[in-house]
Amino acid sequence: MNSISHARPAFLEQQFDDPLQQRESSVFGMWAFLATEILFFGVLFLGYAICRWRFPVAFAEAAKHTDLVLGSIETAVLLVSSCVVTIALRDLRLGGRRLAAALLLATAMLGLLFLALHGKEYYDEFHEGLMPGVHYTLAQPHAVHMKLFFCLYYFITLYHSLHVTVGVLLLLAMSWRTFRGGFSADYTTPVEVTSMYWHLVDIVWIFVFPLMYLVGR
Amino acid sequence: MSVISPAFETPAPIGHRSFYDEGNTLWSWLTTRDHKRIAILYAISITFFFLLGSLAAAMIRLELVTPAGDLWSAETYNKAFTFHGVVMVWFFLIPSIPVTLGNFLLPLMIGARDMAFPRLNLFSWYLFAVGGLFTMAALLAGGVDTGWTFYTPFSTMFSNTNVFLVIIGVFITGFSTILTGLNFIVTTHSLRAPGMTWFRLPLFVWAMYAVALVMMLATPVLAMTLSLIGLERFFGVGIFDPAMGGDPLLFQHMFWFYSHPAVYIMILPAMGVASELITCGARRNIFGYKFMIYAIVGISVIGFLVWGHHMFVSGMSLYAGIVFSILSFLVAVPSAIKVFNWTATLYKGTIDFTAWMLYAIGFVGLFMLGGVTGLFLAATALDVDLTDTFFVVAHFHYIMVGGSVMAYLGGIHYWWPKFTGRMYSAAWARFAAIMMFVGFNLTFFPQYLLGWAGMPRRYHQYDPQYQLLNVLSSAGAAVLGLAYLLPIIYLAWSLRHGAPAGPNPWRASGLEWLTDSPPPKHNFEVTPVVTHGPYQYTP
Amino acid sequence: MSPVTPLLEPPEASSIAPHVDLLFYVMLTLSVIVIAGVVLAMGWFCLKYRRGTHADRSPRPPHSHWIEITWITIPLLLFLCIFAWSIRLYARMRTPPPGATPVYVVGKQWMWRIQHVGGQREINTLHVPLGRPIHLIMTSQDVIHSFFVPAFRLKQDVVPGMYTDLWFTATRPGTYQLDCAEYCGVDHSRMGGRVIVMQPAAFADWQRRHGGQSLAAQGAALFRKAGCSGCHDSQSSVHAPNLRGLYGRRVPLRDGSIVLADDSYIHDSIMLPDKQVAAGYSPIMPSFQGQLGESEVLELVAYIKSRNGKGAGP
Repeated sequence: MNSISHARPAFLEQQFDDPLQQRESSVFGMWAFLATEILFFGVLFLGYAICRWRFPVAFAEAAKHTDLVLGSIETAVLLVSSCVVTIALRDLRLGGRRLAAALLLATAMLGLLFLALHGKEYYDEFHEGLMPGVHYTLAQPHAVHMKLFFCLYYFITLYHSLHVTVGVLLLLAMSWRTFRGGFSADYTTPVEVTSMYWHLVDIVWIFVFPLMYLVGR
Repeated sequence: MSVISPAFETPAPIGHRSFYDEGNTLWSWLTTRDHKRIAILYAISITFFFLLGSLAAAMIRLELVTPAGDLWSAETYNKAFTFHGVVMVWFFLIPSIPVTLGNFLLPLMIGARDMAFPRLNLFSWYLFAVGGLFTMAALLAGGVDTGWTFYTPFSTMFSNTNVFLVIIGVFITGFSTILTGLNFIVTTHSLRAPGMTWFRLPLFVWAMYAVALVMMLATPVLAMTLSLIGLERFFGVGIFDPAMGGDPLLFQHMFWFYSHPAVYIMILPAMGVASELITCGARRNIFGYKFMIYAIVGISVIGFLVWGHHMFVSGMSLYAGIVFSILSFLVAVPSAIKVFNWTATLYKGTIDFTAWMLYAIGFVGLFMLGGVTGLFLAATALDVDLTDTFFVVAHFHYIMVGGSVMAYLGGIHYWWPKFTGRMYSAAWARFAAIMMFVGFNLTFFPQYLLGWAGMPRRYHQYDPQYQLLNVLSSAGAAVLGLAYLLPIIYLAWSLRHGAPAGPNPWRASGLEWLTDSPPPKHNFEVTPVVTHGPYQYTP
Repeated sequence: MSPVTPLLEPPEASSIAPHVDLLFYVMLTLSVIVIAGVVLAMGWFCLKYRRGTHADRSPRPPHSHWIEITWITIPLLLFLCIFAWSIRLYARMRTPPPGATPVYVVGKQWMWRIQHVGGQREINTLHVPLGRPIHLIMTSQDVIHSFFVPAFRLKQDVVPGMYTDLWFTATRPGTYQLDCAEYCGVDHSRMGGRVIVMQPAAFADWQRRHGGQSLAAQGAALFRKAGCSGCHDSQSSVHAPNLRGLYGRRVPLRDGSIVLADDSYIHDSIMLPDKQVAAGYSPIMPSFQGQLGESEVLELVAYIKSRNGKGAGP
């Protein structure tokens, strides 16, 4: 079993015996990480659910201030990006390089587009006076509890955007490494793990969008 | 391909470079990816935090010598117990055994060359250090006075101390815990040596695996809960603030959903260590190996469902009280099994009273006392009287200090030869262990009586009738403090003057004893192949 | 202050205290037996099987699980018995007997403010009659406190934004320590007081000497002063619910649900009017958060209760 003496591919780290073990460890590690991420967002969604249950009218009222059009476009952008990254991975596994690199770059660009659109939303909301603690001008009967909605909205979407940002950086790095020939058909693990992370970012948004934008409209 | 059985025949010293020889510069330590070096980085950091937390404890005990609040002001006293709690819980007890013993031994015990993610391992240490720096910064900036539990609305709307800095510190350290847990889980899943099946894993590895699961699944909840507190402080959101329609009990639920499993993060590793020590010290295979595993897993699962027993008098409904009470009784069953099995392991053994065996036996006794008094608190009708009194303080110190710290020190003494290649003074070590046991009981047993007499916890001044017991407790704390200093001295001494240990000074079974002391960089010259279970002792 | 010996518990001064103590001492006895058993076994093994003795060290017979099953089953059954016992007692502690005299308590950094139905007000002292069930209805003005009387073996957190309750029947005349048991800031350890248990005749005398306007009457005055009557009076032109007979009724809300109009419903309607809006009304009521203290809200609650004809109050 002394695999140190066998010929080891360059990408194989010393603690692993063979590429399969390395790949399984990385993928399993990413799954475990995603489980903790789900708990992070889970707590926020739980807090949101409880507040919404306590103040249904205020929350329905506040949710109407979200931008349904931009939100829908953002959803579409993220869904497309998840598809693109999967095609990139597929191409890489089939031995591709340039197309895969381009598709990874495209995914990152879609992520940036998402961030830009969301930035536009924040910009509009700032001008509407919907930012508690920064610029908040609502004064209707439920305004105090609508504040709760907005705080959770900003916290959850900003936390999600932080994940998108990390994902974009990872995708850019993967695209560059792919372009430089860092991966091959038998070594795609970092791209695979990155794409798993990107899917999580996508799935979280699929929960955020209906919870924040759609319910109660 | 060579086959080595994991029994305790001592292999000849291989005489290769140990992992210490791979570089001695500070830079080589700060950039290392070797799990053994990272364990030592952690050991140094948590020892520092332990001393810091102990200083805060000394401040508390000094104040409580007299009934009047005359030594420190109430503000200082409140900051002292808050700091003691925050540092001891998040910067000593939760990391203690996993990040030092676990980091060092987990790969060795399963026959791996390193953790699955060595870089992540180092990154975890940096996160821990940065979190520690934030907490220290809060201390330097004037401290924080909310109690380690950060109960709202006190922590959000009323305290004007450095709550935010501490929350950031704990938040960052939480990530370190999560990533350590993740690393342990993947390592245990993927890097076991050939033949190392799940039911051949040492109980210590099982404990690490269970604790890693709890770390990963509970800590995110804490991180987000604390973030919400930060949000409330900054933006005046009212999720936990009743003045804005929020619910302070929601905070308590979320906090204890993390913090009760966190108690098991602190005690499960101690159980793992005690199992290794007792079986080797008695030269007898552990009694009921499989039941010990089921108990570990059972505790970590049920441990997630009992958080409400911290809240019996908080205003929670009667029915919630009933459910949490019965679950709390149930979680005691696996702990009882473990105590009985440890005792049964001694039967027909050949018992050596090495220092670490004294720690292990002391651990079982103190853990049992702490566990049994936990049942008093699980019984709701008694909890109403006893909660938030010194009875609770005594109870969790028996588990945390009598249990976890005893086991941690026992583990340090047991594996010290493996870590350093040196033996320490057996006589001094035994003396320190006994002194610690005596000092510990003198400190904390009177606190049970204080609690039953009705003295609430976190009191800066108290009624004169409680003085005698408080003086006893403070005197015990002095003995305990001295006893804690002893190992630091004689272990440091052994580094230079101790006799060379050889690979297996205790004739223990387990893969970690097959390699050199201290081990070479990649742990094993030849990956071991495992052919039987973890404990191969004959009396 | 009744004397407390350093190693013993405070006196048993409530009807529940002897039951708590009995449970405590039974559990203590069981624990001592179990702990002594394990410690003796360990000590015996350590002595008999220490290295160097001549003892039978034959290998264990093949593992059968009956031993472990035994020591799983016995503790489990024991635990279930204790659980059943304790939960019965706990349910009794949590259920005030009908007809208990209500007393209102507001915790505040760092004092206890107590209002009796008869209008008597006290700070950090609670006078109660011997042998009559007392029902404390408590809330906090700021942070969480906890009302703890060791001699009664009772404790209950006092939480801002909600009413918690606690009941007891004092069984021994005397003065007993009252503590705050939930950490509440700088002077937490000084937030204490006394509970004075008096003979019924002496208590009646005390009531008379300190009595004035009843709590409900104070509430009625406040009801006008704070402007509640401007909308909630039957002659008012504003469309607002009439509060006569409200207490204890089931109120349909605007969102379709139905709530019981209890103390906390009335409290929230005053402090957080948006939270539960009665069906058929628009959410126009302003919040009195910051304008009324918790003690004043309690007066209003007492007044609204008194308008039922039955219920508390004259």
